Amino acid sequence: MKRRDFLAGAAGALALPGAVRAQVDPPDPLVRTLAGGAPVRKGKVTLVLPQLADNGNSVPIRITVDSPMTPADHVKSIHLYSERNPVPNMANFYLGPRAGKAEINSRVRLAGSQRVTAVAKLSDGSFWYDAAPIVVTLSACLDES
Amino acid sequence: MIEIRILIQHPMETGYRHDDVGHLIKRNVINVLSCRYNGVEVFRADLSSGISANPYVQFYTVAEASGDLEFTWIDDEGERGSERQPIAVKG
Repeated sequence: MKRRDFLAGAAGALALPGAVRAQVDPPDPLVRTLAGGAPVRKGKVTLVLPQLADNGNSVPIRITVDSPMTPADHVKSIHLYSERNPVPNMANFYLGPRAGKAEINSRVRLAGSQRVTAVAKLSDGSFWYDAAPIVVTLSACLDES
Repeated sequence: MIEIRILIQHPMETGYRHDDVGHLIKRNVINVLSCRYNGVEVFRADLSSGISANPYVQFYTVAEASGDLEFTWIDDEGERGSERQPIAVKG
């Protein structure tokens, strides 16, 4: 192999991970299944997680969606996805105009450091998401505690 | 608008843990949690093993009229729980 060919090949290999990452954004393939081919855009949704959790068994999570929550324009559902949990779809929340405010707080289990994704389905049929990375020191689910 | 906080005492057993003699402990999590306001469902959640033991959920609703807020849940073993909370709206 000529040196030039080798360098070209190496550059190609280096470029690949970036291209793959661009493709899987929105991150989870399940998110695309949920949307059924409709575009899932980043925005409107705000996902708040601690940057570091000592214990993955109970991690506080807050999801807010920028929506007036009127009968004409509201959030229909919010879906939570984990990259590494054995059950990736952690929870689905169904709300409507009577919620008044699109905000959910809960506590989740996380099996290791990963990126968590929240997807909102709006009454006009559009999908929006936000994702947040988290470092989990002690994993949930798989350890025998 | 009122804030509603629910805390349920439930192990949310994941189905991935073993007991002291090595047998797998059966999965038992709360599947559905719903909130009805005077008989009309205003909030529902599908939960899984990804939700912590003793699940905590906080959400909002508009207090439209006096009446009852009724919360119900069902787990994998078919056990149900419910709680009723009266609410008074003035003015």
